[in-house]
Amino acid sequence: MKPYRMELMLCAGTGCVSCGAFKIRETLEKELELKGLKDEIRVVQTGCNGFCEKGPLVLVTPDQIFYCSLKPENIPLLVEEHFLKGRPVKRFMFTPPKEKEPIPIMSDIPFYKQQMLIVLKNRGIIDPEKIDDYIARDGYIALAKVLTSMTPEEVIKEIKASGLRGRGGGGFPTGVKWESCKKAGIERNEDRYVVCNADEGDPGAYMDRSIIESDPHSVIEGMIIGAYAIGCSQGLVYIRKEYPIAVDRLATAIAQAREYGLLGKNILESNLSFDIEIHRGAGAFVCGESTALMASLEGKAGIPRAKYIHTVEYGLWNKPTCLNNVETWANVPIIINRGAQWFTSIGTGDVSTNPWGGSKGTKVFSLTGKVNNTGLVEVPMGISLREIVFNIGGGIRRNKEFKAVQTGGPSGGFLPEKHLDLQIDFDTLTEVGSMMGSGGMIVTDENTCMVDMAKYFIDFLQNESCGKCIPCREGLRSMYDILDRITKGEGKDEDTDTLRDLSDVMIKSSLCALGGSAPNPVLSSLNYFPEEYDKHIHDKQCSAGVCTALFEMYINPKLCTGCMVCLRKCPVGAITGEKKVAHSIDRTKCTKCGVCYDLCKFDAIIKQ
Amino acid sequence: MPKIKIKDLAKIKENTLSSITLRQGGPYRVKVNVHMGTCGIAAGARTIMNAFLSIIESKNIKDVLMTTSGCAGLCSKEPMITVETEGAAPVKYGELTPEKADRIFREHILQGSIVKDFVIAVGHERLA
Repeated sequence: MKPYRMELMLCAGTGCVSCGAFKIRETLEKELELKGLKDEIRVVQTGCNGFCEKGPLVLVTPDQIFYCSLKPENIPLLVEEHFLKGRPVKRFMFTPPKEKEPIPIMSDIPFYKQQMLIVLKNRGIIDPEKIDDYIARDGYIALAKVLTSMTPEEVIKEIKASGLRGRGGGGFPTGVKWESCKKAGIERNEDRYVVCNADEGDPGAYMDRSIIESDPHSVIEGMIIGAYAIGCSQGLVYIRKEYPIAVDRLATAIAQAREYGLLGKNILESNLSFDIEIHRGAGAFVCGESTALMASLEGKAGIPRAKYIHTVEYGLWNKPTCLNNVETWANVPIIINRGAQWFTSIGTGDVSTNPWGGSKGTKVFSLTGKVNNTGLVEVPMGISLREIVFNIGGGIRRNKEFKAVQTGGPSGGFLPEKHLDLQIDFDTLTEVGSMMGSGGMIVTDENTCMVDMAKYFIDFLQNESCGKCIPCREGLRSMYDILDRITKGEGKDEDTDTLRDLSDVMIKSSLCALGGSAPNPVLSSLNYFPEEYDKHIHDKQCSAGVCTALFEMYINPKLCTGCMVCLRKCPVGAITGEKKVAHSIDRTKCTKCGVCYDLCKFDAIIKQ
Repeated sequence: MPKIKIKDLAKIKENTLSSITLRQGGPYRVKVNVHMGTCGIAAGARTIMNAFLSIIESKNIKDVLMTTSGCAGLCSKEPMITVETEGAAPVKYGELTPEKADRIFREHILQGSIVKDFVIAVGHERLA
């Protein structure tokens, strides 16, 4: 095979694809051909690289030069200067906010520097559509190891010893789950199922999608090892239909694994026979809940059932079923390869006697909201929120003030500045009214209204509640009504007490975790930002300038330079004025959309 | 594609590894860096690079990494290359031709003995 002297690793995760990665690829290939470089340099398409904020991304190997925010019109210059003449182009490199000099090498960029990759170790290095690339990175070696040198019991023992806990957010020890499922199957002499939960529904969360997009075989290998340990022949992946690229890559990977005989009868000439089927979810948030997911797999409405009957005993089709999240499965091969002892060296606590005693390994987070560097990050358990938000995330955009970080998706809570130094693991965040959850992390700043945010999540959950149990169905609706009133300036004195009462009932009496954890956004905002509720209810003010009923917009004539920018961009023509003369807003026309506020470079627009 | 056996995994890995060496930054035994600044290209660096790439292809060499960089600073001696071997000082060769490149490949890269006739410098520049 002819070697190449340079490879251009093009990120083709959903984020980069949506900002034009395929167009970049086309232009790159055209230019390389034009310059006669196509036999020396090749473009390789990878899964999500993580730095979604700055897409489309290209990493140039072997020198690891990192280019970001590329546009098709940049490509001719880039090809000529760097790839032809060997002069890396500074203006397409990443420059940290507030700095002038770009950082050429990917691993020097703070966003990457502080990450620790276990699950995402192949991201950006392999082509996710080539099984040989995965094998070249020691893929399926763990499977070969368990088939030749470990009994199923030894595999379970190893996973238990590793302290691996469910990455979907539940944090249940994986090895314990596998063991219970196997035991139930043996006792009743029943077939068993392994299921991969890829129904990732939290707003702003895309860890599972990225893992499947960048390294689908790691999930498949994890599932095969699980099947061997538990003793089952059928696996299912329940994945959102809204993830078309991930579904395609997973289907390709499964087909390739079948061709190699890594799925199917007598895998690698052993006695293990196992295959995986893909089931696409239709977009209901509640189907990420294990029992609802299984109901949906059976073709029934996705409605949870009571938890005292465990799915490891009576799950899919009433058979013992072991359901793990994408990230959990993806952790399995590397634990087998490198050993439980290595895995336990990363993270917090001690799991040697109690599987709940700590949080081991890494966790993938999707960092979104008002931070400079949004994207997908993998960090060791125990890292602080502050490190993620300020070091990896690069702090808050436009030099605004940090307000809170929302962890754990819609059912998580808001954590204020004073809790930023807490370590992130399964247990610590729960103690302060939030949770680590599956890894969604939304950062808010001074321009975020906490009442409005709570309303947003409650609205989301209200729409997604399956309606089976009354506390969740009616509780969420009542909560939404109250929050909606407060944001419209119609709040009453007793509202906050009512919200707390409703929360209490919902936590105690909801059937599943959706209802049980739904009050978290309300309670945490009430606990940490009581003054905001107070201002909304009593002063009829929204100091963040979000709730449009509670503020007016003005132009400060002392700060306005008369630059005409806001005047031109106002969608309703409410701003009048002349060049170099302070403008004014006609409040009868103004819809308070905030376009002028965001555009003004002189902070002359005031919301009050 | 036939069904594979356990021992085939190692074969697939071996065959594929060289195609991902660039991305991983290794493993390789020798790295050949062709200096391709404007001066290098004008003096024929591309011919030299292609000569190396063809040798690697024809001999099916898997442990040599080819890469390129900008001007090495001694423009009058272009085309130049730097040969870096693990654990040894890098060696710079200059005024290369495809014939010289072939000899460097055989004697230095494959057998480890420096071709003194074409050497310009051994070792690194001093870093400030």
